[in-house]
Amino acid sequence: MKDQQLQDKVVGDRMNRVDGRLKVTGAAKYSAEYELPGLVHGALVGSTIAKGRITSLDTKAAERAPGVLAVITHLNSPKVPGFAAKSNPDEPPAIGQPLRVFHDEKVYFNDQPIALVVANTLEQARYAARLVKAQYAADEHRTDFEANKQRGFLPTQAKRNPKSAQNDYDRGQKNGYQTAPVKLEAEYVHTSEMHNPMELQSIIAHWEAPDRLTVYDKVQAVKGTQRAFAKDWGLPEENVKVIATFVGGAFGNGLHNWPHETAAIIAAKKLNRPVKLVLTREQMFTMVGYRPYTWQRIGMGATKDGKLVGITHESVGQTSSYEEFTESTLQQTRMMYTSPNVSTRYRILGLDISTPIWMRGPGEATGAFALESAMDEMAHLLNLDPMEFRLRNYTDVDPDNNKPWSTKFLKECYQLGAERIGWNKRQMKPGSLRDGDWFVGYGMGVGTFGANRGTAKARAVLQADGTVVLQSATTDIGPGTGTVMVQIAADALGMPPEKIRFELGNSTFPTAPSQGGSATVNTVGSAVLEACTALKGKLQQLGGAAFASAKPEDLTLAGGQLSLASNAGTKVSLADLRKQNNGQDIDVTVEAKPGNERQKYSMYSFSVHFAEVRVHAMTGEVRVSKMVSCADAGTIVNHKTAGSQMIGGAVGGIGMALTEGAVMDHRFGRYVTKDLADYHVPVHADAPAIEVAFVDKPDFIVDPLGTKGIGEIAIIGVAPAIANAIFNATGKRIRELPITPDKLMA
Amino acid sequence: MADENPEITPSGPPAGHNEARRTFLKQSSVLTALALTPGPLVKAAEAEFDEKVAAAIEQVPLRLEINGKKYKLSVEPRTTLLDLLREQLHLTGTKKGCDYGQCGACTVHVDGQRVNSCLTLAVMQDGRKVTTIEGLADGDKLHPMQEAFLKHDGFQCGYCTPGQIMSAVACVREGHADSEGEIREFMSGNICRCGAYPNIVAAIQEVKNGGQKV
Repeated sequence: MKDQQLQDKVVGDRMNRVDGRLKVTGAAKYSAEYELPGLVHGALVGSTIAKGRITSLDTKAAERAPGVLAVITHLNSPKVPGFAAKSNPDEPPAIGQPLRVFHDEKVYFNDQPIALVVANTLEQARYAARLVKAQYAADEHRTDFEANKQRGFLPTQAKRNPKSAQNDYDRGQKNGYQTAPVKLEAEYVHTSEMHNPMELQSIIAHWEAPDRLTVYDKVQAVKGTQRAFAKDWGLPEENVKVIATFVGGAFGNGLHNWPHETAAIIAAKKLNRPVKLVLTREQMFTMVGYRPYTWQRIGMGATKDGKLVGITHESVGQTSSYEEFTESTLQQTRMMYTSPNVSTRYRILGLDISTPIWMRGPGEATGAFALESAMDEMAHLLNLDPMEFRLRNYTDVDPDNNKPWSTKFLKECYQLGAERIGWNKRQMKPGSLRDGDWFVGYGMGVGTFGANRGTAKARAVLQADGTVVLQSATTDIGPGTGTVMVQIAADALGMPPEKIRFELGNSTFPTAPSQGGSATVNTVGSAVLEACTALKGKLQQLGGAAFASAKPEDLTLAGGQLSLASNAGTKVSLADLRKQNNGQDIDVTVEAKPGNERQKYSMYSFSVHFAEVRVHAMTGEVRVSKMVSCADAGTIVNHKTAGSQMIGGAVGGIGMALTEGAVMDHRFGRYVTKDLADYHVPVHADAPAIEVAFVDKPDFIVDPLGTKGIGEIAIIGVAPAIANAIFNATGKRIRELPITPDKLMA
Repeated sequence: MADENPEITPSGPPAGHNEARRTFLKQSSVLTALALTPGPLVKAAEAEFDEKVAAAIEQVPLRLEINGKKYKLSVEPRTTLLDLLREQLHLTGTKKGCDYGQCGACTVHVDGQRVNSCLTLAVMQDGRKVTTIEGLADGDKLHPMQEAFLKHDGFQCGYCTPGQIMSAVACVREGHADSEGEIREFMSGNICRCGAYPNIVAAIQEVKNGGQKV
């Protein structure tokens, strides 16, 4: 019986999260929640101009305030060795220079940190921060995207590298859409959106010795952060330790190191005490990234029978004056449909606002809003069902590079979703369905994101108590990374998941990339799989002749024994094998990396989202009444957590479509929407029933697990599905997000 | 039972606090006044008296019962209940998400009512009973709402979760969990940026329909 159970695969199970109990009891520790002796508190002071320089700083009152230990500014900050002497914009990082906090008197955006007050208590620090007075010589600032969009430029990295995907692209004839019998041209816009994870950006910086730094930091990359701070402070990487055991959401804003982190490290250095710095919610809008304001224009042409002739897709995305932020806004347009002529033009626009950073479904979610809206508009012009129009332009090879897909089950997604939303209820004529005061409509949108795999290491240790501990320096911002890694290991080792622990979020663990780009399971999961195989290999060696010819998949560690799945009689206890290993833990570390599959195949995850919306005839209020999201994401390791990711993406997409948009007062370059009462993220009342369906077919070309990635495709295509449903309900085409009632009533 | 618990007085403010306060007092008008008095008295002030003055100015006595334990505390009047819990008592299960009562991450129960602990000063709760997420389970046995959140995956990153669970328990107790729509409405003060809302609603419905005591 027991053996029978153990043979059942754990991958695919709806297993509860391994860290769930810690999360529901409040025991999970996030970065601001570590108790360190002598810990003191910081509060940041931000600039009140958007551009210029600080001419004087009066910190006396703050310094005299009760409990204040230091007020750190560019006038007294310890020098950060890695901050070069030249001024910020000289070397823009993709290309550029992350803001060097307290480096000089220059101001690049409103609410740029200009002082950090450190005090014994949080209350003292926050009070004293209000006493710091700055005077400025302000320069004229540019923060208004619309007024400046003609200033967009080709990113430096594209100028330097002709092969960069950001370069101008023409497949077939340039602007070939213009030759088509049916044409449309339309512009799409969305204002900046803030990630706004529920956990405020937080760090505790602690110099354990003059050359040894530990940070408890809200980041998505512990190794990347380790490298960045080691470089800043001229330290060997191993002298910097980064802990991010639990991360309270991030959605991309933990993929960059921000000024407040270095501010806390500087303060900890100066005071020689651990410093905790937790941003305020307002500061979450101004200094830790956002999805950039983006303008797009699409020209699309098709034959009367619904074959695409051409698509031209232009985009201008916002960046800061000191870093060149770029994203893949136009990629979906190049590869999703058969169109023989495709032209794309990508530009960025530097404004006097802090640097954006990838936000869930980065670029692609932006691009899909324009492309998938335009597809709907064209289907309407052609009097075709929008799904039928997409099917007529479905492609079985990647038209961008003529490579075959590694796998593509998008048609299956269409079918699954159409059935579940009740697509047959959709009327071709907009405004045809009404339920009392509410117009009802249906829309769809397609999403795609590269099935990326990177290189990662993982360690597997068989311990004396017969349990296995796995480690890798990845993070878990919420998807359930630890849970799926345990499931992968359970199958690989033939052990019950309760006997396996996966540890992450610590830069001393074997190296792994950031948690981003939907690549964690592909990358780290593959490393875990290989580490488990290597662990079994080592046990096999210790097991001697009886196991010598066994294949790895035939070896299992069930019941405290190494045995053969094909012949349960061949077995040896793990305790005996440990004795043979001189009583030591059996400990392996492996590196797993992709092969040359990318040269042969085009690899993507796919999703399609269906929305049913109700639009109030008198008020323009929009309610999403039902959503169905279907994904071709390869193997689904855990249907419960994967389903939650899809639901979460749909909710994020509802925010993108209907509620979220930053509003700036350009007189000051300051956001008017700067807390959760002004900037509306979706709440319970905004989230309808959301059904999720997975095709769940493995893609073993991407990685040995067959996974392709979920996090991004969960949101890419959601906003246009809702915009298209609103058109279907009302006949009103809104091309500017968020679609608020005023736009529908106009 | 709780009455038999001894009162807990947590260790005082972090090291360095007194020193800094003394510095403040030297520079403040309190000491300006004291400076007009004879030398020995000023010395006494520097040694001891200023601490008492400062304590009188800065600290207010406060008694709270938190998760069944009685606390005898001394807090600054400006300290919120949230910051008291997190920064002084190290009950970090209660989360800070906005400081404005807009997100619900800091939800606790005060005398059985759900309260945004960031919106109330600790001193306003003198003599009241506070329950935080750490006090919801019965020892190792999870509260039915915690179990339901686990089962329905009512969270991803887990940061809003304590507030969601405290709010969810109150939502059921208030009798505001009779339908999906009602739950959504009465839970809309608790934001989940991971978007676990449908799973949270399912968890609350299960607890409500299960009829267990919450």
